[in-house]
Order: sequence, then structure tokens, then C-alpha cells
Amino acid sequence: MLAAQLQPLAASVFSLIAIASLLLAFVMLGSRWLNDYLIAFAAESWLIAILSAAVGYYGHYPELYLIALLTALFRGLLLPYLMLRIVRRLKVDRELHERLSPSASLVVGALLVLFAFVVSSHLGQSLGLAGTVAVLALTVMLSMKLIGFLMLVVRGEALSQILGLLVLENGIFLGSQILVPGMPLLIELVILFDLLVVVACFGVLVRYLVIHTGTSSTHELRRLVG
Amino acid sequence: MIGGLLAVILLAPLAAVLGCMLARQPRVAEFLNLAAAIAVLLAVLRLLPLALSGPYTFWNGYLIVDPLGAWVLLSVASVYLLASIYAIGYMRVHKRAERLQRFYALFAGFALTTLSGPLMNNVGVYWIAIELTTLVSTFLVCFELDRESIEAAWKYIVVVSGGISLALLGIIFYYWGGSFHLGPTYDLTWSTLRNVAPQLNPTIALTAFLLVVIGFGTKVGLAPMHTWLPDAHSEAPAPVSAMLSGALLNTAMIGIARFIQVADAARLGSLPRVVVVTIGAFSLFIAALFITRQSGVKRLMAYSSVEHMGVITLGFGFGGPLGVAGALYHMLNHSLNKSLMFFGAGNAMQAYHSKRISRIRRVLSTMPVAGLLWLAGAVAITGAPPFGLFLSELTIMRAGLMGPNAWATFVMLALLIVIFVGFLNHFRAMYFGSNATPELSPRPVPAKFHLSIWCVLPMWMALVPLLLLGLWWPHAISHYFAVIAAQLSSAGAP
Repeated sequence: MLAAQLQPLAASVFSLIAIASLLLAFVMLGSRWLNDYLIAFAAESWLIAILSAAVGYYGHYPELYLIALLTALFRGLLLPYLMLRIVRRLKVDRELHERLSPSASLVVGALLVLFAFVVSSHLGQSLGLAGTVAVLALTVMLSMKLIGFLMLVVRGEALSQILGLLVLENGIFLGSQILVPGMPLLIELVILFDLLVVVACFGVLVRYLVIHTGTSSTHELRRLVG
Repeated sequence: MIGGLLAVILLAPLAAVLGCMLARQPRVAEFLNLAAAIAVLLAVLRLLPLALSGPYTFWNGYLIVDPLGAWVLLSVASVYLLASIYAIGYMRVHKRAERLQRFYALFAGFALTTLSGPLMNNVGVYWIAIELTTLVSTFLVCFELDRESIEAAWKYIVVVSGGISLALLGIIFYYWGGSFHLGPTYDLTWSTLRNVAPQLNPTIALTAFLLVVIGFGTKVGLAPMHTWLPDAHSEAPAPVSAMLSGALLNTAMIGIARFIQVADAARLGSLPRVVVVTIGAFSLFIAALFITRQSGVKRLMAYSSVEHMGVITLGFGFGGPLGVAGALYHMLNHSLNKSLMFFGAGNAMQAYHSKRISRIRRVLSTMPVAGLLWLAGAVAITGAPPFGLFLSELTIMRAGLMGPNAWATFVMLALLIVIFVGFLNHFRAMYFGSNATPELSPRPVPAKFHLSIWCVLPMWMALVPLLLLGLWWPHAISHYFAVIAAQLSSAGAP
């Protein structure tokens, strides 16, 4: 287990990056502007790329440099670019349909982080890892997961929902870099690729949505019930 | 030999995808897809007896052929063939005839991803196969490009991708738990996971199990994660609905069956099975509620899928030789029967131009043969003898009564009776009810509606084996199930 035998410097670098990513998730939660979401998402992806490289350096996993490079390229550049194109096509620049105001969602988000912390410290204690960076990684992973679901629930704009799904994935990816850095390269590559396909599919679907229903808000989609 | 058959199973649909994309004539695409479906079914039938002495692994251990996987492949391949035949009749009269090549390319691609799921040996790659099935089938769900179908596709991709990301989290937890014993880098195959399971920390093993059950349960359509299922099934073209219900759900179910085995091996006590049984029973409950008060004919079939997935989950949750045998038998029977039901619903939609049950009246006089087949299917799907589902549901209930979760058996029995009455009541209205009031139906109901042979033939092909499987449970199949059940319980318990 890497996280248990880290030098203090490495542990603090990892913690810093993990906490900064969590903060960026809160930036998304606290803003209405789609551009803010995109910038926060891109910054979060770059942080994860740096984390991969740092884990590769301190844990001696050279293949993680490749992952870091691809994460920066795919998640940091390509995905935000694809989504920027979607935003331009939509001609919407802000979230108009939230069910929960940004300030209220910040509070709910904070509660979710508390819940994630309780779960992860319980897990950490049962493994004898209490107080290590592993517990922090677990907390951030679960919090980003829950915040992603919160965004899916309270935001109605099509793009916010795609970003909500991507935050879910970012959370898993961030946690897995610290917890299981040795995960086979192939799996990580395929998951990265899979993400690209997901966003491409969403791009097509958003276009259909706008052309055939005349709206980019998923709150208008409420015909199918019962 | 097995390697060659695997190549046929995976390469035939792939060739069909490429061929359909290049084809200029819709007829060529139809033919390519049908040829691929026939090749796949023949290969699977040949593979079935060979897999019995498995598991075998191929391609550096990324592909696995075991009896459980081969059985699921049989369900998938049967539905793929039936749906491919039906698609020829159904899609030709469809208004989007100019996009047929694209439809068949997507259809064969969907079959390819669905067929590859049960063959995946690496847990992570299995997850990716399941995710890919979602992405491909999304575009089949919204193929008609109207407001409702796009809504259904959007819900489908968001709910299922979100749900299945929980399964990825669970898989990472398993990997993490295993890395304490196997070192930081190893291949997480089903057998590795099963072997390391007894050493896993129980807290991690339990958290991971709950996450994967919720995650893959979303894809299987178990309540309360089923919300995408009625929309996607009702808005997709009828052959796609059959594939979603009869093929796709089983591919995700195999994951749950294998993770139950891992949970048994991890010695987590009775909790994992109680969770699985409760989710299964709850799915039956939700299905019973929505079936009795349903107004859309395809949504009725969709909730019936929720019901039957609940029954299969109960079978795997009860476990033991009987439970596993019942669940697997139910899987094949349900695949055949639900295809038949969706074909019937597609025929009714062609004849009456409506999905609403209240506008479908006097089916027998409009379509005598197809109507009769559909009615027989309706009797079968509610679990009445002499059809296969009666036998499999009875077997699952026997398994339930012997196990520790006997309460679920009584819940299941009560809800199955409610569903029987509720489901057939809709058919009574459609077949023998009074005429729909004229202002309700925009077009006059035709006195006689002519269906193409492509739309009726697959209904026969589904009903005849269903009847045979209900009258006679072949010894070879019992033996097959016994082998699977032994493999699933070899890791210990119950």
C-alpha cells in the first residue's frame, strides 16, 4: 500500500492536490455560468494529471507519466474543447433551470463531504490506515462522487448534466491514482478512451435535443411518466 | 475449436457493422445483419456443449468461456436472431427508410457489445463492455428522433452512466482490497477476485459489493434504479426493445451473479444475499404497481421486464442448485417470451398507429394469427402453465422456501398473482373489450391488417421453443445448470 509509506513531502503534495480538486468541484457547484464549469473542470483535470505524475514519481510507477500526459490531453484539453463547442452551439451561457440555488447547493455539498468523511474514516480505521493520505483520497473520491450526483439532480441544463457525469468520473480517477496506482495500464487507457466516447455521444444527443425539441434544458423533458 | 467459434461470435457482428456502413442498399444491410445473427446463433449452439468442460481463457486471459457465460450468450444470440428477422418486417414500413443502413450498423454493433459482455474475464473490461452497450444502444433508442424518444435516450444515458459509475467505484474498491495481498499491480479477473476474496477486509468487501450491486443493478433495471427502463423500452423501435429487454439486461445480470459468488467467497455472512433478495422483491413490487395501472402497451412490457429481472435476481439471491437453475432457465424463457411480446406490441402499433392500450381493440379480428400468438405469449409471460416461465418460477420458489429468505417467496407469490391479474386484464380489454370510442382514435381501426411474414415468423420461432421448454425440461439442460451451480458455489456457501 503506497499511501501508508509515503515521505511527508509526497503525502502533503498529494493531499494538497486532492483538496484543491475538491474545491474546484465546489466552484462548479457554486456557480451559474457554464464557462465557469468548463474552466473548473479543465483545471481539475490538470490537477489530476499532475497528481498522476507525482504518484508516478514518488511511487516509482513510470507508466503513470503516460497516464498523466494522456489525462492532460484528453481530460484537460480535448473534453473541455468538445464541451465548449456544445456550449457555443447551444447559445446558452448560464444555468437557468437549477432546482436548488448555488448557495443552497454549496451547503448540501458541504454536508455530503461530511458524510463522505465519516464513511472513509470508518473504512480507514478498519484497515488500520487512519490518519494517512488514503483516508483523504477516499474522502475526496466519495465527495466528488456525491457532488457529481448532486449536480445531476439539481441542474437542468444539458451541459451541466454532462459535467456532472464527468465529475463522477474525475472523482473515481483521482481516488484510484492514490489508492491503486498500480492498476494495469490497459484499464486506465480504456477508461480514458471510454470517457471520450461518452462525451462524443452526448454531443450528438445534445444536437438532437436542440434540433428536435427546441430546448437544451432537460427539465423540459417530462412527457414520459408512469 | 472454441477459439474459432469465439472468432465467429465476435467477428460476424463486426463484419456486419462495417458492411452495413458501406452498403448502399438497405436490403444489403438487412441481409448482412441477418446473416451475422444466424452465424452467431449457430456458433453459440456449437459452443454450448464445449463450454461445459470450461472455463477456458483466451487472448492473454482477457476472454473467458465458461458454462454461465455460454448460457447467457445463448439467450443473447437467440434474441439477436429473432429481432433481426423482425426488424426486416418492422423497419421497412417505418417512415425513416432512408436511414436503414445506419440502423442495421448500430443494431449489429449493439449485438456485438452485448455478446462481448459475458465473455470478458477482466472485471474492469467487463465494466467497459457494459458501458459500451449503453452508448451504442442510446442511438437506437432515439432512432425515431421525435421528442419522446430523445427524452428517453437522454434519461437512459444519464441514469445508466451515473449508476454504472458506482459499479466502477466498487470494482476499484475490490482492486484496492486485493492489492493488500497481491501487490500493487495484478490482473483483476473473476477467478483472481474469487480467490483473493476470503482475505479481503470485510468492510471493503461489503462496501464494494453494495456498490457493484447498485451499479450493475441500474443496468439490469432493478427497482428503485429502474427509472430509465420503461422509457427506453417504450420509445425504441420494437426490435430494439426486444434486444434491450431480452439480451442486454441478461448481460448485466451475469455480473451480479458473479459478484454474489465473490461475496460468498468473502464470507460476509447473510447480508449480501438479503440485500439482493430484497432488491429483487422490491422490483416485483414496483412492477406490480405499474403494471396494473398502465396505459401504454410497450410500457406494460417494460415493467414486465422489471418484474422478470426481479424474479431472476431472486433466483440468484436464493442460490443453491435449484435457485441458480431456476434463474438461468428463467433467463432464456424470458428472453424468448419478451421478444415475442415486443413483436406483438410492434405489430399492434403498426395496425393501430398508437401505443395506448385504450386505442387497441379487437386484436383478434384485426390480426388473427399474430394476435393469437401474442395472446399465448401474454399467458406465458404471466407465468401460467404450460409454458417455460411457469417451470422456472416454480423452481425459484422451491429454492426460496428451502433457504433462509423464505419470506421473499411469499412476497414473490403474492405479487406474481397481482401481476397475473393486472397484466391479463389489459389483454382482456385489448382483445375482447368494447370498441374504442371514435373520438379517441384519430384513424379508423382497420378491419383486417396485413402483416408481413417477417413480422409473424419470429413470433412462431419464439413461441414454439417456449412451449417445448415448458412441457419438457431436457436432462442435458439440468445437467448444464448443475455444473453452473456447482461452479458458482465452489467458493463456499450457501
